[in-house]
Amino acid sequence: MTASSIRLEARGIRHAYRGLSVLEGIDLSVPPGEVLVLVGPSGCGKSTLLGILGGMLAPDGGSVRLDGEVAPDCLNPLTYVFQDFALLPWRTVAGNISLALEDTALPPAARRARVAEMLELTGLSRFADAWPKQLSGGMRQRVGIARALAVRPAVLLMDEPLSALDAQTRGLLQDELAAIIARSGVTVAYVTHNLAEAALLGQQIVVLSRRPGRVREILRIDRPIAGRTATDPDLLAVETRLWDLIRADAAEADRELERA
Amino acid sequence: MPRLSGPIPFRARGFAPRDVPAAGVATLVALLALWQLAASLGWISTIFLSTPAGIAGAIRDLALSGELWMHLGASLQRLAIGWLAGTVAGLVVGFAIGLFTLARSPGMAVVSAFFPIPKIALVPLFIIWFGIGEGSKIATLAFGVFFPTVINTMAGVDGVPRGLIRMGQSFGLPWRSIVRKIVLPGALPAILSGFRITTSIAIVLLVAAEMIGAEKGIGAFVLSAGNLYDVDNLMAGIVVLSAIGLAASWLIGRIERALLGWR
Repeated sequence: MTASSIRLEARGIRHAYRGLSVLEGIDLSVPPGEVLVLVGPSGCGKSTLLGILGGMLAPDGGSVRLDGEVAPDCLNPLTYVFQDFALLPWRTVAGNISLALEDTALPPAARRARVAEMLELTGLSRFADAWPKQLSGGMRQRVGIARALAVRPAVLLMDEPLSALDAQTRGLLQDELAAIIARSGVTVAYVTHNLAEAALLGQQIVVLSRRPGRVREILRIDRPIAGRTATDPDLLAVETRLWDLIRADAAEADRELERA
Repeated sequence: MPRLSGPIPFRARGFAPRDVPAAGVATLVALLALWQLAASLGWISTIFLSTPAGIAGAIRDLALSGELWMHLGASLQRLAIGWLAGTVAGLVVGFAIGLFTLARSPGMAVVSAFFPIPKIALVPLFIIWFGIGEGSKIATLAFGVFFPTVINTMAGVDGVPRGLIRMGQSFGLPWRSIVRKIVLPGALPAILSGFRITTSIAIVLLVAAEMIGAEKGIGAFVLSAGNLYDVDNLMAGIVVLSAIGLAASWLIGRIERALLGWR
């Protein structure tokens, strides 16, 4: 896979829903090939921000830019992995992966080869003809990841991709995800509410404050994500630090929800 | 403190009815046998209600004389043309309302205003507009099929999870591909269940239209048999209509199995 050299930048992002401010003055910069993780208390606007970064939501203010070189085999510079998988139930596993390639200039033979490669990458080769309903949650999300990577994106946006999975599957897929991201060299923006996951996968962890979401702090982990383990004392320390930063806001957000 | 000792009784019985097809067939056979027996014993007057054997005999005679095929052919032709016309128009308008803001409010206003009209009441109007021939009958069927098709199609399109459409957009799928690969298959279950309803409606309207100014067709045949107090033939016509409904339902079931296997 060709490494990405795209920088993702957001400047002065603000957004409101029906007059209720959700995001204010968000500035972000994700260098090529880096994994940025967004964390924050419930309702702080993490997913809204990801939607804005992906062009799925028009912000009330600010701008998002992609800058850099796109690899020649990149068919779509920016793709998504969804929390609820967003698989088409009427398509097989191979059909779902192929969807991302069908309206591109890729010839049918090359498309089939690309689908086979993605099935291999995500360990789904034996399930190419299975329907989504026949798969476990973890396998469904593998299909989602395979579909997103099939177009050789420069930037991959992941909205709580592991949150719908049970703890065991989540742990296994975290490791796989780390390996896949490291191998693909893609620039990643990743939303999660799981702080251990943030420490395991993030190179730049952006902590948002409670609503309206503002950048409270940015933590950097200057280590490649490949080879990281959940029991690493340094990563556990990052997780503790993240919790310290979020705890008060999370409690207040919870009280706000109760009041609402 | 009271003591508790013993196995836990199973408490989750019932509320899980199963389908036993053989029991359904056996019930129908038993009803027919009872009906025949009641007529044979003189409990039921055959002047007012024919017997299963009498109906079967009438159908056989009609088939051998060719009368059945003449009436059935005329009815099936009207049913096919009327249903298809109403369905195609309903699908186009239903998709337009489901997909375009410009079509939604005007389309909904028209559908809401016209849908509650009993379509049989429009037969005389259609005769004035389209004449006593085929035009008025087909228009009645098409009009009756059109509105439920619009409503089911629109509901089907509305029911496609927006997340799937956003997924398609996030992968840069063009509008036509999103409609063809996401909206259409997503709306298909609702559209096909609508077909079940519209075929029943079409058969009802077919009979009504054929009873007003038709020489051929099962509806006309049933009316004519009724006027002659020919209960065997009258009920034979009803059985044929029921068979048309069953055949249509079977065909839609086959289409559903073929197209919705993923469910």
